[in-house]
Amino acid sequence: MISARLLRRSFGRACVLEDVSLEVGAGSCLALLGPNGAGKTTLLRILATLLRPSSGQLTVAGVDALREPALARVAIGVVAHGSYLYEELSALENLRFWTVMHGGDASPARLRAALVQVELDGSASERVRTFSAGMKRRLALARVVLGSARVLLLDEPFTGLDQQGRKWLNDFLIAFKAGGGAVVVATHSFATGLDAADRLAILAGGRIAVDRPCANLSWEEIRRLYASLTDGDGSLA
Amino acid sequence: MSAYARRAWIVLWKDLLTERRSKDSLNALLFFSLLLLFLFEFALGPDRERIRAALPGLFWLGFILAGLLGLGRTFVVERENDCWEGLRLTPGDKSAVYLGKLAGNLVLMAAVEVVLLALSSLLYDVPVFAVAGPLAVALALGTLGVAAVGTLFGALTAQVRAREVLFPVLLLPAIVPLLLAAVSLTRAALAGEPLREAGAWLELLAAADVVYVVVGLLTFEFILDA
Repeated sequence: MISARLLRRSFGRACVLEDVSLEVGAGSCLALLGPNGAGKTTLLRILATLLRPSSGQLTVAGVDALREPALARVAIGVVAHGSYLYEELSALENLRFWTVMHGGDASPARLRAALVQVELDGSASERVRTFSAGMKRRLALARVVLGSARVLLLDEPFTGLDQQGRKWLNDFLIAFKAGGGAVVVATHSFATGLDAADRLAILAGGRIAVDRPCANLSWEEIRRLYASLTDGDGSLA
Repeated sequence: MSAYARRAWIVLWKDLLTERRSKDSLNALLFFSLLLLFLFEFALGPDRERIRAALPGLFWLGFILAGLLGLGRTFVVERENDCWEGLRLTPGDKSAVYLGKLAGNLVLMAAVEVVLLALSSLLYDVPVFAVAGPLAVALALGTLGVAAVGTLFGALTAQVRAREVLFPVLLLPAIVPLLLAAVSLTRAALAGEPLREAGAWLELLAAADVVYVVVGLLTFEFILDA
């Protein structure tokens, strides 16, 4: 689903990403760990075609995403730091807007079903400006659910979610994978985000320092690896 | 309805709904326009002939100053929660977003113009309803051109820190030919002259509208992706 080869990105003289390569297949989830400033958001923005790399190759859902970003975007769903939600519109109105913009079926029944899926059906008519951060995160996911995304890119998706919300998100990601989707979850905290992951990559100093299957790693090993690569134990993040 | 038309329509629907609820632009525009009318009345005195002679220029001065307030804010709502980025990620021709935004701005400007004209009719005893047809043509063509350029420059400056300074600096020189034509046509319409007598201005205004709308449609995707 995602194939990145030797991605490099510089801002002026500062090289934020250096020869980053990764593969995420259909039905799998990659957890991208790294401290603040490691380049996770830059990498996700490149994968989402929102930012062009200085060099390298990128294929998303079989499309050369650097040559045909518009075509690749059809398969990409993004939940970034910004929720892409309009504060003056209700949850239902936001979903209607983004579904039509993505060329999907915006029938009220379908939109309500998506809200049920993210457990926001009780707040369908409330304006987004009254929502908590966790509710906005769920609504952003509902927006993705309604699209035709087969590749899900999530930047710090657990931020602002309570324990129940985190469990819900993990279950959602596992279900998305089971449906054949590919997921990349970027986080600076390995205390969250690993339940749904099949593989773990640690980004440090703009490079992928570790890329291993999660099944082969214990929590203690992950903690030790992270600490040795990032000068931190991660639990504080 | 085609996917393109649906996208343009939903952008218009979203912008009007947001404006109706927040009233960010409309309140400021209407209040500002009313203030202008009273200032003109105060400055020009009770001489009705003098006011009528100056009215085409005063109308457009009011529309433009109100437009500067409203058009510059067109894309501000897209900066909130990174909606701009979300629009970039949508598939299909992005000029549909421009078209929807342009239509939204036209509706807002038209609302301000209707209020200004109605109040002018009352305050200055100007028979605007007797010349409603030609006046509507002059105002519609002028407003379309101003809104087309304003929407494009609103997008261009939306991500810039000095947006409030840059927007009028870009917009005002670009709309000078439009304004000259629009004021001439409005003067002819208010004087009860047939618009064809100001044919050259009419052609200039129509041509400028076509050019500005086409440029907006063709360049918007690059501005959104910049």
